[in-house]
Amino acid sequence: MKVCDIIEKLNLKVIGGEEGLQNEVNGGYTSDLLSDVMGNVDEGQVWITLQTHRNVMAVASLKEVAAVIIVKGLEADENTISQSNDEGIPLLSSDMEAFELSGELYQLLKG
Amino acid sequence: MEFSYDVEGGNFAKAGNAASSVKKVLKQLNVDPKVIKRIVVALYEGEVNVVAHAYKGKVLVDIDTDRIYIKIEDEGPGIPDIDLAMQVGYSTASAMVREMGFGAGMGLPNMKRNADKINISSKVGEGTIVELTTNLSS
Repeated sequence: MKVCDIIEKLNLKVIGGEEGLQNEVNGGYTSDLLSDVMGNVDEGQVWITLQTHRNVMAVASLKEVAAVIIVKGLEADENTISQSNDEGIPLLSSDMEAFELSGELYQLLKG
Repeated sequence: MEFSYDVEGGNFAKAGNAASSVKKVLKQLNVDPKVIKRIVVALYEGEVNVVAHAYKGKVLVDIDTDRIYIKIEDEGPGIPDIDLAMQVGYSTASAMVREMGFGAGMGLPNMKRNADKINISSKVGEGTIVELTTNLSS
């Protein structure tokens, strides 16, 4: 499944990094602790978080995640968006909470 | 090949610049992506430690054909008890740093896990030196 398919199925908003919308998604990881994500997220996974500052994109880029989804309709910082565009890693937004969104994404990827 | 990077204490916007640059170099050298990931995780955590705790620091990177050596040296408060600092979950990070999702007490343990060799020396009131060495051939 590709990032653009997930956007459509989960009704996500694209905030940045459109270049990467064709990235292949092979799983997901939900966490707000950056070191936890650094240590445990795998390449090609979607990272679900409530963090909105630009270090999110630094971690996303170093770990080569497929996309980042910010939950609860929180607004990303301006420099987070610009770094997402620079890196070409999609920065997405959902109105759902992390629990709900993780569940939906899990079902989608499992199915 | 030698590279050096300055790290500013308190400037989270630049945290990860050294890791990002080293990643590009290692990719060009065709190092195994799994090995690159480990090196980059360890270096990123090191940069964040300097940003979160120290006044300023320097990252020195020395790459040769079979290993990478990274020295992260800072001027800062130092670590009074290194064994305690190595424990998962122990952190002295500020509330602001924790709010950003750092300071979970996972930085140094992540560095240890993602380097073949780690050496930490610290003087309270002066600063800390973390040395990481990792083999490039997997």
